[in-house]
Amino acid sequence: MYVAVKGGERAIANAHALLADKRRGDRNVAEIETRQIDEQLSLAVDRVMSEASLYDREIAALAIKQARGDLIEAIFLARAYRTTLPRFGFAEPLDTKAIALRRRVSATFKDLPGGQVLGPTFDYTHRLIDFALTEPSDPPPPATAPADSALAAPRVVDIIADGDLIEKSPPAEDGAPVADVTRDPEEFPAARDPRLQTLARGDEGFLLGLGYSTQRGYGRNHPFVGEIRFGEIEVEMFVPELDFAVPLGSIAVAECQMVNQFKGGVSGEPARFTRGYGLAFGQSERKAMSMALVDRALRADELGEERIGPAQDAEFVLSHCDNVQATGFVEHLKLPHYVDFQAELALLRQLRAEDRKSRTEKEESPALRPPSSDLRTEAAE
Amino acid sequence: MTARPYNFAYLDEQTKRMIRRAILKAIAIPGYQVPFASREMPMPYGWGTGGVQVTAAIIGPDDVLKVIDQGADDTTNAVSIRAFFAKTADVATTTDTTEATIIQTRHRVPETPLTGEQILVYQVPIPEPLRFLEPRETETRTMHALAEYGVMHVKLYEDIARHGHIATTYAYPARVADRYIMDPSPIPKFDNPKLDDCPALQLFGAGREKRIYAIPPHTRVVSLDFEDHPFERTKFDAACEFCGATDSFLDEVVIDDKGGRMFVCSDTDYCEKRQAAKRKDAAE
Repeated sequence: MYVAVKGGERAIANAHALLADKRRGDRNVAEIETRQIDEQLSLAVDRVMSEASLYDREIAALAIKQARGDLIEAIFLARAYRTTLPRFGFAEPLDTKAIALRRRVSATFKDLPGGQVLGPTFDYTHRLIDFALTEPSDPPPPATAPADSALAAPRVVDIIADGDLIEKSPPAEDGAPVADVTRDPEEFPAARDPRLQTLARGDEGFLLGLGYSTQRGYGRNHPFVGEIRFGEIEVEMFVPELDFAVPLGSIAVAECQMVNQFKGGVSGEPARFTRGYGLAFGQSERKAMSMALVDRALRADELGEERIGPAQDAEFVLSHCDNVQATGFVEHLKLPHYVDFQAELALLRQLRAEDRKSRTEKEESPALRPPSSDLRTEAAE
Repeated sequence: MTARPYNFAYLDEQTKRMIRRAILKAIAIPGYQVPFASREMPMPYGWGTGGVQVTAAIIGPDDVLKVIDQGADDTTNAVSIRAFFAKTADVATTTDTTEATIIQTRHRVPETPLTGEQILVYQVPIPEPLRFLEPRETETRTMHALAEYGVMHVKLYEDIARHGHIATTYAYPARVADRYIMDPSPIPKFDNPKLDDCPALQLFGAGREKRIYAIPPHTRVVSLDFEDHPFERTKFDAACEFCGATDSFLDEVVIDDKGGRMFVCSDTDYCEKRQAAKRKDAAE
């Protein structure tokens, strides 16, 4: 018995050594620290955490460094790490009313309790390259306002729900099992919990494109941004031994509640706005908005709407929105396929040879077309 | 290394148990695709994560593992998967088909006949044979449940009408134990007859699609065909340049820029054994 070692092994080892060298780059340039990635490329860290379904800024920052800035590769690294972690339970549902707001905007009301809070946003910046940033910068400390705990900021959907003008969120069932798309194979039609989970870890670009398509008429659902809120919130877990929920720590999330055109009226249920929901780790605002648009589009069947766009097709969306799956399968085309290719080559050559033969025969006796069954007999021999 | 940072064969025991249950169900219902909670593996989807999970669930410390891709032990992905198990399970590896107890494969069935002591683990990209005829999982599951396979025969018939042949040369659909139609994974149809009545257990793992299916030992596996268009194995007009084999699947190698070609066995172990035997004969 012997351990198989072949040429491929050395080639792989050499390729990996080269990768490590390229990752480091010019040794005269200071090596990037994961703390710097976390602090200064924090939106990249947010995205990696969201799509990896793992709230761990250090791991995400390290993955970004290891992946040379390729975010899908970083998401993959963080996910492969995540699967090795034990799962010890489910958190209590987050009450997003209680978010310590760093940003909160509504497009449906000019002003509302708690106000509009712009927070750190690219909105309204002029997208001019800031050449000053080529040099180290030390921006002045931002303006602050006193924290006013009395200043309640109710969720916009709750304000609308006050007048019964929007559908209610289905109430949480106590003790009902929660789906976990990382532990169960998907089933179709998908219930809303696995669907939202799949969208939450779905590729931002893919969901952005799908959400955009609904705005352009492929399954239009007339959205208004009821509210986007971003900030920190405490995660709690119920511990049966203690008989109460204990805080596990706090995470930053971006939530988007889309308010969409109505359902009901004339007879039966009174007309109400419908909604789409998006939630992502960190300030992944674009992701949360896209998710909310697609979530709403995927409710087409439930709301009795005709399905006309890809964004409304649950099997299509949920089976293809995962970028780790997608990149793996697309990139596997790089793997050798010469056996299959050889089989195709052989068939193609056979087809062409037969074609040539039948053409010569036709030319020899143009009046007599050989019956096709002759050809097949030959082929079967 | 004293303490392993990961469990034996990477997966934790709970996950292995879940996979073993799926495997047992798959063996009990030959050809039926059992959904399983596929894990994210430290290698990309589409690169053998299904096969790797199946192997991880069945491998023990005394097993001898062989990994092939395109029939060869030295292709990069085969090397990578073999190294993965050598590292995480510390098992013996081999390139010798007869020596292996578990053979993980992509795209080929070894030329050397397998025995009842062996398990062949296939890496499967798309487990659903009906997928390219019907993209919806909800539909294809119903079609399998009702054994409603007419659409597959229509597809094969259309091939004949258009090309004069069934134009499927790999991943050629087969019926298992007179019930389920299965995708044998993208092996060339040349290999299909080896699936029938095979003494070895054959397990199929599709990681991205989260499905496991199986052909138990000595199960009837029939490649789909028509009475007047019987299934044909691909035949080569050439012999292997290295070992002279005329009964093996051959790869075409381009040897110059003037159209020069050479045919060699895709199964490297089979070819090397034949070459060694020839050398021995010559020496005697």
